[in-house]
Amino acid sequence: MSDTKKFLYINRRAPYGTIYAWESLEVVLIGAAFEQDVSLAFMDDGVYQLMKGQDTTGIGMKNFSPTYSALGDYEITKIYVEKESLEERGLTLDDLQHLVWEDEDEDWAEKDSIRLVSRAELGDVMAEQDVLFNF
Amino acid sequence: MSMLHLVNKSPYENNNVSTASSIMKGDDVMLLIEDAVYAAVKDGKASAMLEGRKVSVLGPDLAARGIAEDKLASDVDVIDYAGFVDLVESNDKVQSWL
Repeated sequence: MSDTKKFLYINRRAPYGTIYAWESLEVVLIGAAFEQDVSLAFMDDGVYQLMKGQDTTGIGMKNFSPTYSALGDYEITKIYVEKESLEERGLTLDDLQHLVWEDEDEDWAEKDSIRLVSRAELGDVMAEQDVLFNF
Repeated sequence: MSMLHLVNKSPYENNNVSTASSIMKGDDVMLLIEDAVYAAVKDGKASAMLEGRKVSVLGPDLAARGIAEDKLASDVDVIDYAGFVDLVESNDKVQSWL
């Protein structure tokens, strides 16, 4: 019998302007230790969290963006990015970090973690979860 | 008389960039800092609100957010902290749209 639940962390805020993005990441990493089925969603201003090339030296804050690339090692392999949010902001997947995970069932083949989804598809993902966390 | 309009929130989060933009007149300048820098991305919906306005963006806040200067609307001026001070000094008033 499995006690595994499906957890979805929904990220809707830009990094640095508020503490939400960083706090979400902390909670996600703590939650990952409990071996649940964890997914992340990035929509609205949350898509900015995954921008590549972030360099915070000029603003005196910690650059936590490299941590997203470690999510695969915590077996977090489903990262949903909403297409409409990217488009509205003039961004494409190429503007985001390339996040991957290694599949141990396929000789550690590297696979993409990010799944580009429409708002409707994200709604379906939300509907199939047991628990939703919002940041 | 000129006014410096200071905005620090994402244009996709609230109306501050829009309000500041529509109230600006004459030689007024808008300075985008913190999450407001996202307004200056040229292919983003919000950049239309900046058309015909004199707009500066704080470079360190752009860099922190991973926005390369070639992604910005062409008429936007990227400045550093010293440039921020210059703008405060060269305008008669500062209006902060918090």
